[in-house]
Parts: sequence; structure tokens; C-alpha cells
Amino acid sequence: MKLHLKIWRQKNANNPGGFEGYDLDDVSEDSSFLEMLDILNEQLVDKGQSPVAFDHDCREGICGMCSMMINGHAHGPEKATTACQLHMRHFKDGDTITIEPWRAKAFPVQKDLIVDRTAFDGIIQAGGFITARTGSAQDANLTPIGKEVADKAMDAAACIGCGACVAACPNGSAMLFSGAKVTHLNSLPQGKAERDRRVLSVVHAMDDAGFGNCTNYGECQEACPKEIKLDVIAKMNRDYALASVRSFFSKAG
Amino acid sequence: MSPIGLFRTSLAKKFVMAITGLILVGFVLGHMLGNLQVFGPPEAINKYAYFLHHILPWEVLWVVRIVLLVAVVLHIVSAVLLVIENRKARPETYEDQQLIQASFAARTMKYSGLIVLAFIIFHLLHFTVQSIDPAFRNLRFDIDGKDSQDAYAMIVLGFSNVGVSAFYILAMALLCWHLSHGVSSMFQSLGFRNEIWRTRLNRFALAFGLLIFAGFAIIPITSLISWYGGPDIVYASEIRQATENWDGETPIYVSYPESAKH
Repeated sequence: MKLHLKIWRQKNANNPGGFEGYDLDDVSEDSSFLEMLDILNEQLVDKGQSPVAFDHDCREGICGMCSMMINGHAHGPEKATTACQLHMRHFKDGDTITIEPWRAKAFPVQKDLIVDRTAFDGIIQAGGFITARTGSAQDANLTPIGKEVADKAMDAAACIGCGACVAACPNGSAMLFSGAKVTHLNSLPQGKAERDRRVLSVVHAMDDAGFGNCTNYGECQEACPKEIKLDVIAKMNRDYALASVRSFFSKAG
Repeated sequence: MSPIGLFRTSLAKKFVMAITGLILVGFVLGHMLGNLQVFGPPEAINKYAYFLHHILPWEVLWVVRIVLLVAVVLHIVSAVLLVIENRKARPETYEDQQLIQASFAARTMKYSGLIVLAFIIFHLLHFTVQSIDPAFRNLRFDIDGKDSQDAYAMIVLGFSNVGVSAFYILAMALLCWHLSHGVSSMFQSLGFRNEIWRTRLNRFALAFGLLIFAGFAIIPITSLISWYGGPDIVYASEIRQATENWDGETPIYVSYPESAKH
């Protein structure tokens, strides 16, 4: 198939970027979106031009590296699909495809389609962990956990931290990501002991990083390649309210 | 908590939005139910107005008014801060972003809110301060020998103006619009919503918004119909007769038919 690509090119974080057009012939319908970009890059290198820089790692939809806005959709138009798992058969011969980096204050563009997602690491460092001994793994089923709780935590733990939620949110809000981390760890007995400290630190880290506020649009849920639901945001809101009240009274008394 | 603490974090601001929103929604529902007494005899709503202004201790009335004013102010301050932060968080837009889920009502909350605010200011000047039409204060009504204001006639006379009525109906439509997102959103902001309840609450919020619209808009609509020659759903012709040749000074007493007294 023949494609016309409109790709955001930006030399580095300090230079302004702009769109550039590329024509690509003979793209196999069976190739993935990233393979299609690989083909383009090989051609660009052959011509002595700089290849399009984009993030990628596992190429099997579990690492969360391939971050790009394809035709106005985070990770492209397919539901629950990362850009690396998106195949060219979902496009038509002769299509024009617009490819942009994630856009958010907290995710500055480094080069072309690569953004700096260090802000997410800051949220993880604030509360995306449990303070337990890190020796050998404990016996399986040593801590009994109800199926519903385990399912809820597992659904939230599916988050790969790709940043599509922030990219799709018109407010650049990281509520779905932060909510997923809080729901995952605050639901389980191993994480419950620190739930108040966790939710307070996560929300403060999220605000400090310059992410926007939630307006309950629901765009993040639609964009999430792991189908994480707005429930995790509601859970974080609830936990934050309770934690604030408890910390207020513990300081007072 | 210090007032700054109230707005310190993103979530705290959302809690302020939700809680003040809940207070205002409660008031709006009560106000609408109170208003619907206009479809009873004039005495009903006049007695209700007399109760609110003269029988209810003034402290209670003013506590309610202050709570509502504080709720409105906090709701607006919080909204302004949220909008400013959201703009900062997304300084660049996409070439062509495809929104999938965000409803039009959700995206236009700030505009519907602003027009409703303009409406509230006009409405308070119109019917509470009564500085727009001098006739309002002079519409008097006798409740068991006590002189009171004829709120019933004031409402019908107020809505006899087509422009005013149109603005009221438009503002109520925008309020319905605002509530169709807000009433569902406040549950999410306070953490009382999940995937199953999200759809139910969205439907409930729309139904609630439509109920509020219908309950409020029916009064200017019926007033206009009765005033401009339609069937007398409200006592418009009596009120028109009493106010038509008003000298601008003397108290006006509308002579309602006998049937209106029960």
C-alpha cells in the first residue's frame, strides 16, 4: 500500500518543531506501525537524511515505550492497542497519516516523536511501591486475598505507564496513571498499611510535575491500551479524601 | 484548613467543586419545587413568600443566603483555578485531536457556567432586589389582614416581557446542560462512582437536568401564553388589568376571581 505520512520533526527540546511530509510506497498490510516507520527510516538513512526518532522497546505491547499520537488518537485508532501492536491493515491505500508526539507540559518533547516521561517516574518514586523487605519471594497464597480484590488490583496493575492517558486528556492530566498505581497498591493487604501516605504523596507529586486536573471527560479511559477504567480515579479521589481527613485530625490531636 | 489549603491540590479543588455543586443543586431543586406553587391559588405562593421573608427568623434566611453565596464564590474560584492550570498543563494542541468520550456538555462547562452566572445576577436584581421594575414592590396582597407582597403577580408580570422570559428559558436550558455533566461528575470527584454506576449516573444527571429545566421553564412559558391571549393558566388578564394604567406610586391590588381563593 501507498501512504502519505505527516510527521512531527523537532531537532531537540530547545528548537521549535514542525510537520514534514513523506511518501512511502510498498508498505505491507501485515507490517506493524513501527515496522512501517522502520522502513521509512531506512529510506531516510539511505538518502543521507536524519531518521525519525521514536521510542520503542518490546514491540509486543507490554513495555509502554511506543508513544505517539496517530491521526489524533493516542496509539492510533484501534481500541486497547499500543502503537507497536497496531497493524497497517487498519489503514487504507493512499491514506494520509499524521504522527505527533504526546503533548503535555509535563512531557517535554526531546526529539521528533520522543517525549521525556520522567514525571511518571516521579509519581512512582512518590508512592508506586511498598516498603516491604526485598528478600526472597514469600510462599504463594501466604496472604489470602479475595478474588474481587485481586481482580481489581490486577486490572489496575495492567498499566504500562505509556502516557496515553495524559496525551489524550485535553487537560494533560495524569489521573488515570496515578489512580491505577494507587488502586493497585492500596487495594492489596501488602500496600494497605501505607495507603494514606501513598495517595497523598502521589497526588502531590502529580500536581508538582505540572499535570492538569481531571474534568471527568473520560478520554483517558478510551485511549488506554490496557483498558484501565475511570474507577481507579474514583478510588484515588475517595482514598485521598479519607487520607486528608485522617492526616488533618492526626496533626490536630 | 487555611483557605489556601482548600485550593492547594488538584483533588482538593475538585472536592470544592463537587461539594459546592451539591449545595447549589440542592438549592435549585428546592427553589424549583417552591416556584411550582404558582400553579396553585395566588394565596399559596404569596403565603410561602411571606413565610420565607417574615415568619422564618431572619437569621436563618441570611445563613442560607450566605452559605449559597460562599458556595457560588468557591465554585467559581475553584473553576477558574482549574481552567488556568489545565491550560498550562496542555500548552500545545494536536494537529487534529479526535475526542471519543468527552461530551459536548463536559467541554463547555465553563461557558454554560458563565452564562448561568450572568443569569443569577440578573435574576437577583429582577426578583430579589427588585430594582428592574418599580411596579414589583407596589404589588400588594392581603394575607388574613396582614399586608404582604403579591409575589404571584410579580412573577406573572415579570415574565410578561418576552425578552426577559426568553433569557430565563435559555439560562435554564444551559443550567440543564451544566447539570447533565455536573451532577454525574460530582459523584466521580468524591469517589462514589464505578463503571456500572457511571452510565446510570450519567442518565440520572441528564434526567435531573431536564426536570430542573422543565420545572423552571414552564413558569415563563405559561405566563407568556396567558398574558398574550392564550388560555388563562395563570391569572394574567387580572394582573394586566391591575397594572396596565398604574400611576407609578399607589399600591396595586390585583382583584383575583373568587375561584382563585381556594
